[in-house]
Amino acid sequence: MDLKEQMREAGVDFSACYQCGKCTASCPVAFAMDYGPRHIVRFLQLGWWDEALKSRSIWLCAACDTCSTRCPRSVNPAKMMDCLRVQAGNRRIVAEPKVKVFNDTFLHIIRRYGRIHEGELAIRFNLITGQLFKDARLGVAMLRRGKIHGMPRRIRGIGTLRRIFAQTDGRKE
Amino acid sequence: MKRAFFPGCSLQATGREYGISTRAVARHLDLELIEIPDWNCCGASSAHSTDELLALALPARNLALAEKMGLDIVAPCAGCFNRLRAAEVALRKPAWQTRVEQLLGMPVTGKITTCNLLDFLVNQVGPETIRRKVIRPLRGLRVVCYYGCLLVRPRALTGFDDPENPQSMDRLMLDLGATVIDWPFKTECCGGNLAIPCTDLTLKMSGQLLRRAQEAGAEAIVTACPLCMLNLDARQEEMEKFGMNLPLPIFYFTELMGLSMGLAPESLGLQCHFTDPQKLLQAKLLL
Ligand code: SF4
Ligand code: SF4
Repeated sequence: MDLKEQMREAGVDFSACYQCGKCTASCPVAFAMDYGPRHIVRFLQLGWWDEALKSRSIWLCAACDTCSTRCPRSVNPAKMMDCLRVQAGNRRIVAEPKVKVFNDTFLHIIRRYGRIHEGELAIRFNLITGQLFKDARLGVAMLRRGKIHGMPRRIRGIGTLRRIFAQTDGRKE
Repeated sequence: MKRAFFPGCSLQATGREYGISTRAVARHLDLELIEIPDWNCCGASSAHSTDELLALALPARNLALAEKMGLDIVAPCAGCFNRLRAAEVALRKPAWQTRVEQLLGMPVTGKITTCNLLDFLVNQVGPETIRRKVIRPLRGLRVVCYYGCLLVRPRALTGFDDPENPQSMDRLMLDLGATVIDWPFKTECCGGNLAIPCTDLTLKMSGQLLRRAQEAGAEAIVTACPLCMLNLDARQEEMEKFGMNLPLPIFYFTELMGLSMGLAPESLGLQCHFTDPQKLLQAKLLL
C-alpha cells in the first residue's frame, strides 16, 4: 500500500486542508519542530513525501491530538504524523533517533515480558544512546519510592504476544 | 458495582500511588474491581508509532480476557484507557476484528467497553454516593484540575467530557470541598513519553504548566494520568534551574477523594510522591 492510500485508509484527508494554520498555532511542540503540522500537510499536498518523512517534526510530535481536535477541515494531522512515523521507521529514515530508540526499546521489553519494566527500559535506552548516567538520580529516587519493579516477570500469555510481534514486525502493507 | 480492572504497567510502578489510592477508595465505596488475570501492556504511544495492527492487537488481548470475565473494564491510566478504547472502536470493523482474532487466537467481539476511572466514579457511581462519604472536606485547598491529552482526546474515542474545557474532575473536586480554580491549561500537553528521549523539551512543557497553575493561584494540581504525574511531579528539582519558584504538589484525584473520606494518607500512597505534599496538607489541617 502506498503512503497516499494508507493516509486515506487511516482517515487523513490532507487535500481538504486550506492552510489556516490552526494546527500549528495549537501544537505544543511546534516551538521545537523544523516544520509545524500545517507545513507537513502542505508537503503532502505538493507530493513532497520525502520532505515530510525526513522531518524531525514527525518524531517530536507528542501525539497529543490537539491539532486534530481543532482543525476546521477534519484533516486529522495527528493521525498523519502517526502514519508518517510508521512509514519513516519502516524505511529507516529517522531524523530523531532517540525517539525511535525509545519506542523500539519500549516494545522490545513488552515483547520479552508482556509488561513494561521501567528499570530495564531506562538502562537499555541509556546504553544504546550512550548516555550512561542520564536520569541516574531520578532512577535512585524511584527505586527508593518503590516506583521501579523488582525483577521483571513474564506474563503467562507471552506466547500470544510474541506471535503478535512476529507477525506485525516490519509489515509493509 | 463490579468491573474488570485494568491497572496497566504504571499503576504498579511509576504511578503506584494511583493504584494504591484507587483500590483504597474503591474498597471504601464498596466497588468491586477485579484485576484482569494475566493482562498485558497496552503498547502505549510506542506501539501506535510503530505499527497500527500491533497497536490494536496488544490492547485487544485485554479486551478478550475481560470478555471471558463478562465484565466491562475500568482503567485508571489515561493512556491505557485511550488505547483500549481505540481497540474497541477498531474491532467494530469486521475486517480488523477478523485479523485481530487471528493474531490473538481467541475470540474478541469488541462488546466489552472500557471506561476511565474518572468517568466511572463521576458518571456511574455518581456524585451523591461520593458526597455522602466525604467526612473531611478539603476546605481551603486551592487546586487546578489537569486532564491532559489522552483522557479527553480524540473526542470520538474518549467521549465522556469536553476535549477543550472538560468539567468532570472540577465538579468532583467541588464535591470534595476543594476550591477549584478555572485555568486555560486543563488539556495542554505535558510532553508525554518524550520525557525520556527529549527531556529538555518536556521540562519546558511541564514547567510551563506548573508556572501557569501557580499564576492562576493554585496550591496544587490534580491529575488523572500517571504520565502527567511523573512529568509534573518527579522533575521539579530540574525545573528549579529555570528559575521557577517550586515546589508545587501534584495529586491524583483518587488521593484527594481518599483524604476527604477520612482515609489515612499512608493508605493512599502519599509518601510515594517526589514533591512532598505534607506541608501543604498540614497547613490546611488535612493531615
Ligand atoms: S488546522 Fe487543518 S485546515 Fe488548518 S492548516 Fe492545519 S490541517 Fe490545514
Ligand atoms: S498531535 Fe503532534 S502535531 Fe498535533 S498538536 Fe499534538 S504534538 Fe502537535
